[in-house]
Amino acid sequence: MSAFIDRTVGEIRALVAAGEASATDVCRAYLERIRAVEPRVQAFRTVLDTAALEDAARIDRLLREGRNPGPLAGVPIAVKDVLCARGAPTTCGSRILAGFVPAFDATSVARLRAAGAVLVGKTNMDEFAMGSSTENSAFEKTRNPWDLGRVPGGSSGGSAACVAADEAAASLGTDTGGSIRQPAAFCGIPALKPTYGRVSRYGLVAFASSLDQVGPFGRTVEDVARVLQVIAGHDPLDSTSAPRPVPDYAAALQRGLRGLRIGIPREYFPAGLDPEVEVAARGALRLAEKAGAHLVDVALPHTEYAIPTYYIVATAEASSNLARYDGVRYGHRAEAAADLADLYVRTRTEGFGPEVKRRIMLGTYVLSSGYYDAYYLKAQKVRTLLMQDFDRAFESVDAIVTPTSPTPAFRFGDKVDDPLSMYLSDIFTVTLNLAGLPGMSIPCGLTKDRLPVGLQIVGRRFDEEMVLRVAAALEGEIGFRAAHRPPSPVAAS
Amino acid sequence: MAIGKDEIRHIARLANLEFSETEIERFSRQFNAILEYVAQLDRLDTANIAPTFHVDGGAHALRDDRVAESIPQEEALANAPEAARGLFKVPRVLG
Repeated sequence: MSAFIDRTVGEIRALVAAGEASATDVCRAYLERIRAVEPRVQAFRTVLDTAALEDAARIDRLLREGRNPGPLAGVPIAVKDVLCARGAPTTCGSRILAGFVPAFDATSVARLRAAGAVLVGKTNMDEFAMGSSTENSAFEKTRNPWDLGRVPGGSSGGSAACVAADEAAASLGTDTGGSIRQPAAFCGIPALKPTYGRVSRYGLVAFASSLDQVGPFGRTVEDVARVLQVIAGHDPLDSTSAPRPVPDYAAALQRGLRGLRIGIPREYFPAGLDPEVEVAARGALRLAEKAGAHLVDVALPHTEYAIPTYYIVATAEASSNLARYDGVRYGHRAEAAADLADLYVRTRTEGFGPEVKRRIMLGTYVLSSGYYDAYYLKAQKVRTLLMQDFDRAFESVDAIVTPTSPTPAFRFGDKVDDPLSMYLSDIFTVTLNLAGLPGMSIPCGLTKDRLPVGLQIVGRRFDEEMVLRVAAALEGEIGFRAAHRPPSPVAAS
Repeated sequence: MAIGKDEIRHIARLANLEFSETEIERFSRQFNAILEYVAQLDRLDTANIAPTFHVDGGAHALRDDRVAESIPQEEALANAPEAARGLFKVPRVLG
């Protein structure tokens, strides 16, 4: 295996900037790794061989000219196929976007490029980010590098699997109800969902506009912080992005746990929680205590209402956002439509998969005349109660720590026919999206089947510094990456 | 409240989707299970609670209306299944 493959973002950047390796060398090494691993992992929708090598050559040229190549110079990064990248097909895991090639970069992608990152590919996902296993992709089945018989989680399953399998140094995903944190937990890597408004959503294909947020996956907490540093900040092209300064995230990583008050919500350790998940999470909490943190019991009493609230709010917003797929301006168009109305129905019926249709239907229903107050308005009021739970808890603690997911990665097919049981796998993550809070998952242990368990760290709105600080300190205490790596998924050749 | 197959058909029409009888059957089963599940929200008294449509209240939504560069027409039409004379082309609307 090439020497670059398991280097961190900071190490790759340093090697390239010092001229010890060219961006082209690094890019070639990763493309080779992708070719070797992809037949088994299938994390990518599109590998950008030629474009990536062109990007790398451009970085090398900048370096030869003595110019600053940027904080992510030569770092190979993959992005979820829900973010537009100029000139690269963007499918959102759906047949309805067949043939769509965006004319512009999402702001997060543009910022990665401007920072010198090399875009190696677009990653597989549940169709329109709707799902928790990536099984809802209309295309390939992405496998978990820790156990190829299991799902990588979702909806950003490809972005999590490709970093876990060393096919990219870091990646971007999106999180509407847990779609960054849950796959990170399943694949044993750190990843962050920033505060709503921290990262621009411009060029992110919308699922639920009041919940969606873009965030990074990395091999280390520091890598996540380095990518966040680049993509965070106000964007005039996204009216919901916050006009707030972006702090120095790297500086937050060294501050340690001493004296911090960490809240443990009892609602996130319910009876029936997978015992191995509970053991791993409580083990990490003991380490936090030993490192000087104070553990404090907190209550988030409306937690049980989060999933029903989420499935009303998210499906309502989705049914509205997905109305734009009509076969007129981009993507799939049904043939032989009798008239315009028929074109809409046929295009959408052919183009969307079952889970997307189910959510459009549910969203249309909860917004339809006579039901709006009973469902949509009710859910938005419960959302207020969920936010107040967190506001009260954060009066007495600096951060909150919970398991990321109630179970480790499950097997293919285990939940596909039972939407409710699939929805429940987001039970610890959706609350943050509803309240707009930042949250991160870091690996905190392995089960006896050698499956990673994720620990979720939650902060106040716009306090990514605290989330990263706690995550970095716990990462050091746990020592997961030094002790455990997925079995090599390289196909025998 | 249980919803029947006719109502599923009505929602499908609103959403511009079409389903086979088997799909409608399955949908109505799954729909009722999901609705039964979300009905637990009724246990909460929210009479005096303000709704949160947006976590920051949409505070940054307004900006000055200024003319600026945008995607050229040719690129905007590049992804269209059918375009003609600078316009998106669709089947006839009226018979």
